[in-house]
Amino acid sequence: MSTATTVRRTALNETMRKAGGKMVDFHGWELPIEFAGILKEHEAVRKSAGIFDVSHMGQVFVTGADAFKLLQLTNANDLRKATPGKGVYSHVTNEKAGLVDDIIAFCLAADRYLVIVNATTSTKDYEWFKAQAGKMLVKVENKSDDYSMIAIQGPNVPKMFDTFAPEALKLPRFGIVEKDLHGEHCYISRTGYTGEDGFEITAPHSIINKLWDEMMELGKPYGIVPCGLGARDTLRLESGYLLYGSDVDDVHTTYESGYGWVVSLDKGDFIGRQVLVDQKANGVKRRLTGLTLTGGVPRTGCKVFLDGKEIGELNSATYSPTLKKGIGVGYMTPADLKPGTPLEVEIRGRRVKAEVARTPFHKGTAFSKDLYTGKQ
Amino acid sequence: MSKPEELKYTKTHEYVHPGAEAVVGISDHAQHEMGDVVFVELPKVGQKLEKEKPCAVVESVKSAFDIYSPVSGEVTAVNAAVTGEPALLNQSPLENGWLFKIKPSNPAEADGLMDWNAYQEFVKQAAH
Repeated sequence: MSTATTVRRTALNETMRKAGGKMVDFHGWELPIEFAGILKEHEAVRKSAGIFDVSHMGQVFVTGADAFKLLQLTNANDLRKATPGKGVYSHVTNEKAGLVDDIIAFCLAADRYLVIVNATTSTKDYEWFKAQAGKMLVKVENKSDDYSMIAIQGPNVPKMFDTFAPEALKLPRFGIVEKDLHGEHCYISRTGYTGEDGFEITAPHSIINKLWDEMMELGKPYGIVPCGLGARDTLRLESGYLLYGSDVDDVHTTYESGYGWVVSLDKGDFIGRQVLVDQKANGVKRRLTGLTLTGGVPRTGCKVFLDGKEIGELNSATYSPTLKKGIGVGYMTPADLKPGTPLEVEIRGRRVKAEVARTPFHKGTAFSKDLYTGKQ
Repeated sequence: MSKPEELKYTKTHEYVHPGAEAVVGISDHAQHEMGDVVFVELPKVGQKLEKEKPCAVVESVKSAFDIYSPVSGEVTAVNAAVTGEPALLNQSPLENGWLFKIKPSNPAEADGLMDWNAYQEFVKQAAH
């Protein structure tokens, strides 16, 4: 049965179709799953440059004297790391330390933050922030409907920015700069979901098609290609990035997801902190664990076995174009499986040999300490 | 090996090149819809297949697809090249990317399948 809800289209919809995008319904958004093919797009991003329409992502602005206080209360990470011009990846935690969402909180100024939230959770996040704000001196605004967003990703992308936005090349990873583009106020951050160096631009709908065309033109020497959700998923999974709703949710905690580095227990109180203190002291019973296999392609929901005993199932899994084998992550018990431990994954009723693998499965240029800073 | 006009097609997008040793594969339309093929699981030589029953699996990056035998019979050969290089299904579905050969137990079965014109019409209808 199809529901009566209408599918939402981004401001780039027509451009995506003209570029040959195979459009699909992604959580109520019509977005391209692929253009030239997932493998080609994946390779373009790993080796040179690719561009994505990520306008479904949400933007929540938190401003006012208590903006920092509100974000510090609602996040597991320490917002003190986000000084003006910088952002932090963080988990917004509920009372049980489950995740309301995983986000990037950018500090634009001491009293002004831009929070990039997931598409499916933007309303939930906005309401959560509002509810926690209580009597704080803070304004929370969900501006997700006002902005489009593109991601330009790949090792050659910084070179495209030499003329376009040299100031963006001075940004560290997770840095952000505000800049007028085509007469509109925009945000350029050195972030992404691919594991490669690159940028994301948050801009009003009115200029997003101009920006897209401009990026395609600047990327021509590097063979830039439009990329869809398919490549976005293979790239992010190889990079060990979490997908909200699949890998993390309101129930699983940050420690269980293997993202302990996000938790800052010493920053002071925050929602869900006590649960995380206990988990830190006593350990977790299950942990999101990576595996690789060669005899097939693992998929979400595949059961995982250790010594013949079921120990979990895969939350995300796919074929890794870089490793040329199957990769997946799933919550497994015991939580302390060592890389190399032999496992089995059930694919269509057959047990296929697998082994525990370290995540990220692949480290692209985003993991490099040495980012391109512009023509010297 | 085969021209699209010489083949018969199923509603599940397999083709068969009829003959004493019939060749089975997936249509160009099917490979295009699946996207990049990265894994193929074939039946075994000597295996008896039944018409419209799953007999092989083709996996693209996106998803897994069951392959249904267009006719009943015994597998006489499999294309080992596609297990080593699954991309052959995308590059050359009707030639280098064939899946297996089968000795039909009831050659009349293939007569009931769609010819090229009917299949093209079927694909067009399905798009609406």
